[in-house]
Amino acid sequence: MISTHLLTKSFYDKQRGDIRAVDGVSLEVRPGQIYGLLGANGAGKTTVMRLLATLIRPSSGSATVGGKDVGREGAAVRAQVGFLAASTALYGRLTAREVITYFGELNGLKRAEVKIRLERLATELEMHDFLDRRCEGFSTGMKQKTSIARTLIHDPAVMIFDEPTLGLDVLSARAIVRFVQNCRALGKTVIYSTHMMHEAEKICDRIGIIHGGRLLAEGTLAELRQRTGELEVEEVFVKTISQKGTS
Amino acid sequence: MNLKPMTVVYRKELRDLLRDRRTVRSMIVLPVVLMPLMLVGLGKVARAVDARARAEIPLVQIVGGTDSPGILARLQNDPKVRVEPATDDWRQLIADRKIRAAVEIPDHFEAGLKDGTGAKITIYEYEGELRSGFAAGELETFFRRLSFEVARQRLAARGLTPAMLQPFTTQRENVAPPAKVAGNRIGGFVPYFIVILCFTGAMYPAIDLTAGEKERGTMEPLLCCPLARTEIVLGKFFMILTSSLAAVVLACLSLAVCIRFGGFDNRAASLGLDHVDPFGAAGVLVLILPVAVLFSSIMLTLGLWARSFREAQSYLQPMMFLIIFPAIIGMMPGIELNTRLALVPILNVSLASREMLGGVWHWPELRLIFFSMIAYAATALAVAVRMFNRETVIFRT
Repeated sequence: MISTHLLTKSFYDKQRGDIRAVDGVSLEVRPGQIYGLLGANGAGKTTVMRLLATLIRPSSGSATVGGKDVGREGAAVRAQVGFLAASTALYGRLTAREVITYFGELNGLKRAEVKIRLERLATELEMHDFLDRRCEGFSTGMKQKTSIARTLIHDPAVMIFDEPTLGLDVLSARAIVRFVQNCRALGKTVIYSTHMMHEAEKICDRIGIIHGGRLLAEGTLAELRQRTGELEVEEVFVKTISQKGTS
Repeated sequence: MNLKPMTVVYRKELRDLLRDRRTVRSMIVLPVVLMPLMLVGLGKVARAVDARARAEIPLVQIVGGTDSPGILARLQNDPKVRVEPATDDWRQLIADRKIRAAVEIPDHFEAGLKDGTGAKITIYEYEGELRSGFAAGELETFFRRLSFEVARQRLAARGLTPAMLQPFTTQRENVAPPAKVAGNRIGGFVPYFIVILCFTGAMYPAIDLTAGEKERGTMEPLLCCPLARTEIVLGKFFMILTSSLAAVVLACLSLAVCIRFGGFDNRAASLGLDHVDPFGAAGVLVLILPVAVLFSSIMLTLGLWARSFREAQSYLQPMMFLIIFPAIIGMMPGIELNTRLALVPILNVSLASREMLGGVWHWPELRLIFFSMIAYAATALAVAVRMFNRETVIFRT
C-alpha cells in the first residue's frame, strides 16, 4: 500500500528561486490496484515517483510505502519497491544474467535464491536465448525483458513505473502495459505515471491528475468523467487543469 | 554500514570495468608498457643516439689561420675532426647543420706562440645541438692539449719541469652504496611517474562509475536498492582505488620483469634501476597509498558532480596539471624536504620518495607526511560520501 499526506518537495533554482515541484500531494494506492498519475511534462510526476522510491527526501508532508515511512525508513521502503522507468538503462558490458543477479544480490537475496528466481523469470519472459549475452547489443525488446526481470527479481510488493513506455514502439509499449496489468493480477500495489491519456484509460483503476506539482483531481475514470462532464480522457484532463490548475 | 552490499557493488564494478577498453588501457596496458618504456626504453634510445653522435667524425671549418700553417696541419691530421677551409657562409652552415662547428684562429697565432704573446681562439657551435657540441668539444680538447704542450715547452726552455703546472692532482671516488647512488639518480623521476600513473589509473574508472553511470541511466535503479548510499559510494570508491593502485603496482612489476628478463641489465645498471633499495621502494609504495586514496576520492567527487562523461573529463583532465606541477617541483635539485613542505600534498610524497630511494629516512618528516596525507585523503573521501548522499548532486540537471 502507498499512502501520501500533503507530500511536498521544494527545490531551489538560481534563476527561478524556490520551486515547489510537488505541492501537498495526498493519495492512496491499495494492493491489487493501479494508480495512474496523469500529467503533462514537468507536472511533478517523476518527483512524486522519486519521493516514493526514496531517491529524494520530502521537504514536508509524509508518505508510507508498505507501511514504512519514506523519510525515515528508506532502506525498508526500497526493499519492497520495484522501480521501472523509460530513462533507466542496463549495464551494457554485463550480460542479462549478470545484471539480474547483481540486482538480486543488492536486494539482499542469496546467490542460490537469485539463481532459482532468475531461471523462473527467464522462462516466464522467454529470455533464455539472450540471457548470457551482453546487454549492449540488445534489441529494445530484450532490454525491456531484462529490465522487467531486474525489477521483479526480489518480488517487490510495490511497483513504481515512471513513464515506462516513453519512446517505445507500439509493440514494446504493449508488452510493458501487459506486464503492469500482470502486476495488478499478482496483487501488487502499482503506481504508474504517464502523460499518455489512452494508456491511463486502458490500465489504471484510479487516476490522479497532477499539474504544477499539485494533485488537482483523483478518482476512477468514471468519477472524473462525471465531475467534468466530459467523455474523452483528454478532455477530462484538459478541463480539470483549466478549471483547477489556475485557481 | 554493511560490508556485503559494498562487496557486491565492488565485484560488479570490477567485472564491468575489466570489460571496458578505456579502463583496461589506463589501468593495465599503459602502466605495463609506459614505465619500462620511459625508464629503460627511452634511456636506451638516448644512449644509442649519443653513441651514434659520438661515433661521427665531425666536419669543421677553420676561419683564418692562414699564417699558422703548422697549427692548420696538425688540425688536419687530427683523427677526431674533419677539417675544411672556411667558406663565407660558415655561420649559416653551422645553423643549417651542414658543418658541426668552426674555429677562428687569429692572425699571427703561431708566431705569437713562439714569442710568448697571448691569443684567443674562438670556437663557434650550435648551442644545444648534440653533434655540434661534440665537435666543439673536440676542438676545445685539441687547443687545450696544444696550450699545455706550449706551456711545457716554455717551462722546459727555462729549465723547469712540467710538474710546475700541476703541483697536485685531485680525484673523486664514490663511497655511497650502489642502492643510494641509484636512489639519487632515479629518486627524482620515479615518484613523478608513479604519481602520474596513480592518477591516470583512477581517472577513467572514476568517470565511468559516476558521471558515466548517471549519463547511461543506470544510477537510478541502483539507488532504488535497499542499501545505504554510503555502501554504494564506498563500493565504487574501492574500485577506483584498486584501479589506481593496480596501475602503480603493475608498472613497478613490469619494470622489475623488464630489468630482470628483458636483457637490459647493463643499461639498467647505468641508470641504477637494478640497485634500488627494496626498503626505499617499499616506503614509496606505502606513501603512495594515501595519495591513491586522495586521488580516488577527489575524482569520485568531481565525477559525481558532473552531469555527463564529457563534463567529468573537462574537470579531471586539467587536474592532471595540478598533480604534475608539485611532482615536477619534487624532481628539481636543491629542494629539500622540511616540515613545511611535508604538509604540501604530492610535493611531500615526491620529495620523501626521492630521499627514501636514496636511502635517507627522515622519520619525523615521513611520519608527518604519512599522517597528513591520510588526513587529506580521509577528508576527500568524507566529501565524496557526503556528495553521494546529496540529492542535488545525484540528480543535478
